[in-house]
Amino acid sequence: MTYLIRSLTICWLLILLPALALAESAEEKGLRIATESDKKDSGWSDQTADLVMILRNKQGDEARREIRTRSLEVDGDGDKSMSIFDTPPDVKGTAFLSFTHALKPDDQWLYLPALKRVKRISSRNKSGPFMGSEFAYEDLTSQEIEKYTYKWLKDESLDGQDTYVIESYPAYKHSGYTRLISWIHKGHLRPLKIEFYDRKNSLLKTLTQHDYKEYLPGIFRADRFEMVNHQTGKSTTLHWANYAFKTGLSSRDFDKNSLKRAR
Amino acid sequence: MSFKRISLYLVVSVLLISHQWTFAAEWSGNITAEARYFFEDALDNRQHRSTFSLSAQPEFYHEWDNRYQSLTFVPFIRWDEHDDERSHFDIRELTWLKAARDWELRIGIRKVFWGVTESQHLVDIINQTDLVESPDGEEKLGQPMVNFAWIQNWGTLDLFVLPGFRERSFAGSEGRPRTNPLVDADRAVYASPREDRHIDFALRWSHSIGNWDIGIAHFNGTSRDPDLLPGLNLQNQPVLIPLYQTIDQTSLDLQLVTEDWLWKLEALTRQGQNGGRYFAFSGGFEYTLVGINDSDADLGLIAEYHFDDRKDFAPTPFNQDLMLGARLAMNDVQSTEALAGFILDTNDNSKVFSIEASRRIGDSWKIMLEGRMITDTPSQSPLYSLRKDDYVQLELGYYF
Repeated sequence: MTYLIRSLTICWLLILLPALALAESAEEKGLRIATESDKKDSGWSDQTADLVMILRNKQGDEARREIRTRSLEVDGDGDKSMSIFDTPPDVKGTAFLSFTHALKPDDQWLYLPALKRVKRISSRNKSGPFMGSEFAYEDLTSQEIEKYTYKWLKDESLDGQDTYVIESYPAYKHSGYTRLISWIHKGHLRPLKIEFYDRKNSLLKTLTQHDYKEYLPGIFRADRFEMVNHQTGKSTTLHWANYAFKTGLSSRDFDKNSLKRAR
Repeated sequence: MSFKRISLYLVVSVLLISHQWTFAAEWSGNITAEARYFFEDALDNRQHRSTFSLSAQPEFYHEWDNRYQSLTFVPFIRWDEHDDERSHFDIRELTWLKAARDWELRIGIRKVFWGVTESQHLVDIINQTDLVESPDGEEKLGQPMVNFAWIQNWGTLDLFVLPGFRERSFAGSEGRPRTNPLVDADRAVYASPREDRHIDFALRWSHSIGNWDIGIAHFNGTSRDPDLLPGLNLQNQPVLIPLYQTIDQTSLDLQLVTEDWLWKLEALTRQGQNGGRYFAFSGGFEYTLVGINDSDADLGLIAEYHFDDRKDFAPTPFNQDLMLGARLAMNDVQSTEALAGFILDTNDNSKVFSIEASRRIGDSWKIMLEGRMITDTPSQSPLYSLRKDDYVQLELGYYF
């Protein structure tokens, strides 16, 4: 008898589910896609990669910055990450440690090798530029679901690829943005393009992510990021190389002791 | 063992080991030219209105064993146009590091920094100040040590064994800024019969808990801060003679971050300097205005208070002082930065103004400006003999 009831319940659910999906609001759909994207990009444990940043001013003059990055996936909290600067030579050995959190402010430390000093960084400066680039700190830290609220706008084809277009609103009151519009690839669920709108709700920057590769089953990374600032005419290219996953890093590789010997 | 002998042993062993290495070496560093100009004639006519100086600090670094072992070698050399004491060589770093999952061992010459405040580094005690390098005391001499760090969930416990005491460097007769009469470092005396061969110890627990960074430390050994006693040199001229006491110091450093605010406290109690025990603290905040005027620039406002319960008898200018400062970071491609500070002695009204600014030029050059001015110093202030030594300094560094 219970078996019959259970079967019936399942039948009903199967009939009702598509209807429930139809009743999903644009906000719920936006959150669902963001959650699926986040879930799909989990299980990589840890990641290391080399980054070359090319900063360009309006006149096209270029400056080059080389950074090594390490990240650690943390269950139930934001990721931990460390960035080590190799160039320009006067900042060589400077290292930046960050613990991302979903709701409370991130913890950030900077190691200054000339002074042998670890400095705590006020977590307020997320909207500021990273290394003089067109990327803000908040663009580069791990994107936790709770950091935004979402709204699905439409489905659209972007350069022949099917995407969900989702608007997201930073929950963090000191964010430099009022909203972001993201074009999320329907297959790997990673963004192909993001538009950033400033505090006055004018289009500030556009980020495009190119040359996605699947490094682990379901784990995709872009090799090239292009950020263009529409208001200043400046732009920044990030070239990612030597991606490695599950290298055996632990939380011990992301503490103040390891920051001091990061190099 | 003296510092020189320790350095010699270390250099020889590194040369012996490195002989067997077959990998590419990694060198970096900088070469810097510096010009200093003083606004007034000096108190002592052997001193000069302007000086030119060159320094070099190359750095060799190699890691192996999957980053769990490394060797760092940082020699430093300066040539100064006038000051024979400022023309000097030092090994800033020559360290072998072995890291494991829950410990790190470092053997060699190194620099270690403790503390959180900006205008004074009260609890920072491992390294001696290389005072000829910079009158603000920020530059340090390399200290020989064995440092074992035990890293646990409850924090990091660092044990330091520090053989080979380093004497503070002081400007020579033609050097500037300096005290008048000058300090005759060659006549230094010690409270300990073992003099500079006393082996010092330090223990420090440090931890980050949420928004807090905390450190508690104890040091036993030769004080890095000499008392300066009036005396005579071999030519029977008046000089100041450094006296190095044996001390016990317990200290606390604490920092709290809350979005725009950094709250800072350093406190210590020291026994043995001039016999008695004294207490001192430095505390304050840094408040950051992010993106001022809708630009990328950040402005940090700093306020710190210094207290030393020896008050007017304190050999430090920071006995009851208020510091106000502003730090501007342009966050541009050239990393343009400036820090302006003002220190007021609330007891005797003496004032110190300082400014530091820097900017990168291209990829490999950096220009740095520094200025310092002291006014209204009464004759009993430790700053009194620096009253004519206001200066501005320009440095151009090449980094590789």
